[in-house]
Formats: sequence, C-alpha cells, structure tokens
Amino acid sequence: MSKTLDKKHPNNSHQEEVNYITVDYTMKSWFITKDHKRIGMLYLATVLVFFFVGSVAAGFVRFELTSPTGQILESETFNRMFTAHGVVMIFFFLLIAIPAVLGNFFLPLMLGARDLAFPKLNLLSYYLYLGGGLFGVVALVSGGVDTGWTFYTPLSSMYSNSQVVLTITAAFITGFSSIATAVNFIVTIHKMRAPGLTWFRLPLFVWAHYATSIIILLGTPVVAITLALVAVERLFHIGVFSPEYGGDPVLFQHMFWFYSHPAVYIMILPAMGVVSEIIACFARNRVFGYEFIAASSLAIGGLGFLVWGHHMFASGESYFQAAFFSLMTSLVAIPSAIKVFNWAATLYKGMIYLTTPMAYAIGFLGLFVIGGLTGLYCSNLGVDVHLTGTYFIVAHFHYVMVGGTIMALLAGIHFWWPKMTGRMYPEIWGKIGMLVIFSGFHMTFMPQFILGFLGMPRRYHYYHFAPEFQAYNVFSTAGAGVLAIGFMIPVVYLLLSLKHGAKAPANPWNAKGLEWEKTDRVPITHNFREIPVVTEEAYNYSIDDEPPIEAKYTKFGAVMEEKS
Amino acid sequence: MALEATHGNQMNPQKVYEQFEDIDQQNESYLVGMWSFLITEIMFFGVLIFCYTLYRWQYQPSFYAMSKLLDMKMGTINTIILLTSSFTMVLAVHYAQIQRRAAQLYALLFTILCAFGFLIVKYFEYSHKFHVNLFPNPTFVWPALDNPALTASVPEPVAKMFFSLYFAMTGLHGIHVVVGILLLGALSYLVWKKSTLVEDFMVTEMIGLYWHFVDLVWIFLFPLFYLMPK
Repeated sequence: MSKTLDKKHPNNSHQEEVNYITVDYTMKSWFITKDHKRIGMLYLATVLVFFFVGSVAAGFVRFELTSPTGQILESETFNRMFTAHGVVMIFFFLLIAIPAVLGNFFLPLMLGARDLAFPKLNLLSYYLYLGGGLFGVVALVSGGVDTGWTFYTPLSSMYSNSQVVLTITAAFITGFSSIATAVNFIVTIHKMRAPGLTWFRLPLFVWAHYATSIIILLGTPVVAITLALVAVERLFHIGVFSPEYGGDPVLFQHMFWFYSHPAVYIMILPAMGVVSEIIACFARNRVFGYEFIAASSLAIGGLGFLVWGHHMFASGESYFQAAFFSLMTSLVAIPSAIKVFNWAATLYKGMIYLTTPMAYAIGFLGLFVIGGLTGLYCSNLGVDVHLTGTYFIVAHFHYVMVGGTIMALLAGIHFWWPKMTGRMYPEIWGKIGMLVIFSGFHMTFMPQFILGFLGMPRRYHYYHFAPEFQAYNVFSTAGAGVLAIGFMIPVVYLLLSLKHGAKAPANPWNAKGLEWEKTDRVPITHNFREIPVVTEEAYNYSIDDEPPIEAKYTKFGAVMEEKS
Repeated sequence: MALEATHGNQMNPQKVYEQFEDIDQQNESYLVGMWSFLITEIMFFGVLIFCYTLYRWQYQPSFYAMSKLLDMKMGTINTIILLTSSFTMVLAVHYAQIQRRAAQLYALLFTILCAFGFLIVKYFEYSHKFHVNLFPNPTFVWPALDNPALTASVPEPVAKMFFSLYFAMTGLHGIHVVVGILLLGALSYLVWKKSTLVEDFMVTEMIGLYWHFVDLVWIFLFPLFYLMPK
C-alpha cells in the first residue's frame, strides 16, 4: 500500500531521511523536546484526550434531555455534567486547539524561523497546560462543579458545594500556558521573520495568530484574576463581589466576560487563518483583499474587547450601556462579513479542487455564516431579551465556536497532515468523514435553534412543563450520535495513515508558502536547511499552477484537464 | 552550514541560541517578550484597581475613614524601601553592562535586602490587622477595636469590602515581591558562581524590568490606600 508519490524530490533518495520525527525515537526526546513541531504534536495528542472527555460529558447531557423528566442522572449530577462539558471544552480544548497545535507547528515554518523565539518557554507552556488539565481532571473525579463554566457569583463564591476552587485553579494555570504561548508568538512574529518577509507578505494564518496573541495577552490576565478573586472569597472570605460586603456580583460578570467574550475570538480567529490558507490554495487564487482580511483580524480583536456587555442585557444593565454594547456587537459583523465575502470572492474565477481540507473549509463557511448571522439576532436588544438564556444561544455559540473552530481544526489537520507526518490519508474517507460531521452538526444544533426560539431555557434538566420539546431534543441527541461517529472516522484513518498511508511528497497540494516550498518532505528539527529569502507576495497562485498531486480530486472551474 | 556560520562569532561572550540569527535579534526578542509579559501584569493589577475605583466611587466617605486605619508611617517606610531598591536595581543593571561583577552582586544583594525589609514591615502591618480582628472573615469585629470613634460611622459591609480590596491588592503585590526575591536570589547566585548564563547584562536587565514593575505597582497602591483625600 505504501508508495512514494513523488520520486523527483531529492530528499526522497535517502533511505532513512532525518527529520524532526526520525531524529530521535526515545520517549524522553519527546517529553523534554524544545522543538516547536514536537510540542505541537504533544499538544495535538493532549487536546484530543480532553476533547474526548468533554464529548463524553456532552453525551450524558444530550442523553438526559431525550426525556422531559430526565433519564438516569440526578439533577445535581446533570448540572455537574454540563459544567464539565463547558469547562473542559472551552478551557482545555477550544482555546488551545488551533493556536497551540497548528500555530505552534506552523508559525515558525511560515516565518522562515528555526524555532519559536523561546523554545523552553514553549515547552513550559505545554506542561502548564498539562498541569492545569490534570487539576481539571482531579476536580472532575472528586465531584465536579455545578456552577456552569461561567462561575457566576454568588453561586460560585457562596452557595455552590462543589470543587469550584480546584476547577478555578485549573483554568488559572491553563491561562498562564496561553499567556506563555502568546508571548512566544508575538516575539516570534515581530523579531524572527525571514529576510524579505515584510508584514504584508505574511500569510493570513500569521496575522490571525498575531491578533489572537494580542487578545490572549490583554484578556487572559483579567479572567485569571477574576476567577482568583472567586477562589479567595471561598477560601479566605476576601469578597470583592460579595453582596454581603456591599459588593456587586454583576461586576464579576462584567470582568468575566471582558475576557470570555474575546475568548470566542481566540477560538475563531486562528480558525479563520487556517481557512484563508486552504481556500487560497485550493482555489489557486490570491486571497481577495489580503490587506482587508489581515486588518479585519485586528479589528475583530479590537472590537471584541468592547462587546462584553451583551451577555448582561438581562442582568440589570442601564439602557445606555445596553444600547452601546448592542451597537458594538453589531459592528463586529462588519469585519467578520469582510472575511466571508473575501473568501467567497477568492473562489470566484479560481480553479477549485474539492479536496478534503477544502471540503472542511467550505463547511466552515457554512457553519460560520449561520453562527454569525444568528449572532446578529442576539446582538439586537429587543430580540435578545426573548432569546437570552435559551437554547437559541446554545445553538448560536456552538455554530460559531464548535462549528467554526472544529471544522477549521480538522481542515488544518487534513491540509498539513502530509507535512506533519509525511503521510497521505485516504481521500474518499476524508470526504465521507467531513459529510458525516457536517450533517451531524446540523442535526444536533438546528433543532436547538427552534427549541430556543420556542422558549426552552438552557441548563434545565427537566422540561415536563413543555413535553412538545421532546421531539426536537431527541432529534438533537440523535445528531450528537452522528457527530460522534463522524469524529471517529478521521481519528481512525489518520492513525492508520501513520503506518499504512502513502508517503507524501514535500508539497502534495502544490501550495505556496515557506512551509511547503522550502522545507523537506517532513521538516528537519531546525526547519530549513538554510534560511529562506522571501521575494514574492503571499498566495502567489495562478489557476495554471500544477494541480494537487493526486489526480482523482473533483475539480470545478474554468479548465478541466488531466495532469499526472 | 549556514547554522554554524552564524554561531561562530567567538568574540561575543554571550551564547546565541540556535533559533536566533545573531545577538541583536536575541536581545531584542528578550526585551519584546519581557514587555509583552509586563502588559499581562498590568492587566492583572489593572482589574483590581478597576474594582477599587468602582467601590471607592460608591463608598468614598467610608473609604476615607477606613484609610485612617492603615498605618501611614509603615506605608511611607515601605515606599522609601522600595524606591531605594529600585535605585540599587538600576545600579545592578549598570554594573552588569560595564561588566563589574562584584559591584553588581552587592547591588543585587542590597536589592534583596530591601525586598525582605518591605516584607517584614508588611508582616507587622498584616499581623496588627489580624490582631485587632480586621481580616474580613467571620472573626471580623466592627467598629474597629483600635479606633472605634473614627469608624463608628462606617457600615460594617463597607469596612469588609475595604479590607477585602486591601488584602487582595497588597497580597497580590506581596506575592510579586516574593517572586522577585526568588528571581533576584537566583540571579545573585549565578553571578556569584560566575555562570555563563549571566555573562551578558540581558538577564539582569529583564529581572530589573520586573522589579521596577513591582515597585511601580506599590507606587500606585500606596496613595490609593494610605493617602486618600477626603
């Protein structure tokens, strides 16, 4: 089964090629590595474990909701389940997934650098993440938390009888891991670009990570200290939010969302970066309006800090505050729409190869547009009073965060898998997996839009007051099942491809970019044999470029011709 | 190979790590990294100062009365101690730049001494507050035992809020001082052992930036708590 697709590439002539994987096989060399690529792979394995944990919790929640009076769990346990799902998925999966896996792996490659600026700090950030994750797991097995992932006071600080402090410690430590990564990215982007790689020649993936790093830098400390204040209130009665001390619990919400709304952009901006790379590559077109997409990343980052109040439209904000936040939230639609329209314009008159990564990227567009447009409903004051706290919100943020981030993560992994592992995966299974995930996603969350519009509140265990919700809930749970099967498919064939996949050539998609054009089949430890000099703009594609290496891809476009 | 060519600059005493092209790039990277980190620190304390601002806005007269419960003399002494330590830190960086190892070591040790001095004064302040039951937990006694006349007008919840903010903000600053002592201690040890890690001034410079930041936070905390206007 294993065959070499590209015999022309000079580096394939070696019997045992030395690259970042084959340079040392010991366990020790992986766990104390300073190589950003290996750290990225460690992150990949770890985030998948947490994704599995979070999915199991989601499975319990969905199963409970198939009956108006619950199935097997106590209501207390149900609360702990959806909290576990939220905490694990947000703090240990979504915020980490794309920047720490793909960002870690590809930023230095795209910048033409030998490594990130601070490799040891990078390794430290991984272990902080792992340590935080272990705290989270300990908190889960020792009873879990029942406050929801938002830890609203005074429930979390005074009334909750669960592992709030442990969970907060976990989130706090993971926050420092994010900060370390963000500092590393910012320094690397500022100081370690290859000669000739000016700011406006950077791939949009890099711009997206730059904006993300700035958000992490400004936002994460805020949520860290806010959560720490909840912990010290529980531990020492130092109660800054305590109503008993004349404090304001809503202040907690303000400070929590000051980070946690931009956190959504920490999840979605890198995803947008990934999608920009893939759409340009498989449309064989320069990204339309490069500067606007780059600037819109920064604009989303900036505006993202001025919208947190929209989480509190119904928690006693003044009219002026609410109107301001409503306006700012609607404004975020502008840079987001700029991106979507520019991607669409990139496809126009392109030479479109519908490969697996491209299929995921198009799927991202579908989910993100639905998530983004329903976000506009929620930003509207009058509508939001009806929708807030219902399943409509749940469906909205799953479309944006999960639909967006996971689709882009999968797109990115499929796009760069040949570079990361040196192996190809079966294209047909890739597309089947994408279709199953995409349809499973709609099956799960489309009914939740309707449920929310009909008024089903989120986080409720029972809905015996409205048994007509059951059909939608059952449908949604069935969708979650499909989604679970869908996620299994790529895991299985990607793992199998490590052993049985065809050996990938250095540039199987004929993509542009330093990571494809200037590295070996699988990069060596210091990435480049000599530091590349950049002489052209990013995405210097033309529709006459060689097609992706496997000829069996479906093509749409002006020209249909077979090339070997 | 190109890699060795860039590393082969034997004239420069400082090690250039393999991911960097040259010493300038490495040093600039360190500085950008350190300043980025300090931005997160600013946000860290900024949140607490924001909370403080809101509550003082709401409870200004009570907060003014409460500030009289703090020992302004001790606060002033601590301010002087920290300012002195900032000066000696500057000296340490200066001596590191001109490669005077012994002078650098003395300056660092004096800085550590000041940091301990700060913590000792803080210890006396805190233990006095515990002694008169002003820590905002169930042992809290109100009006304050040591000045009932002044504080009778202040409602107990607001008093607890004031001391919550006081302990949260000075406590977080105290933790930063302790971290500073650890950093300075490690640095002094390396300088004393003539480690190759600190042959260059860069490490001293970065720890200096951190220490100045810690001092600067105190320069904000001191007037916010001790020098409140009516």
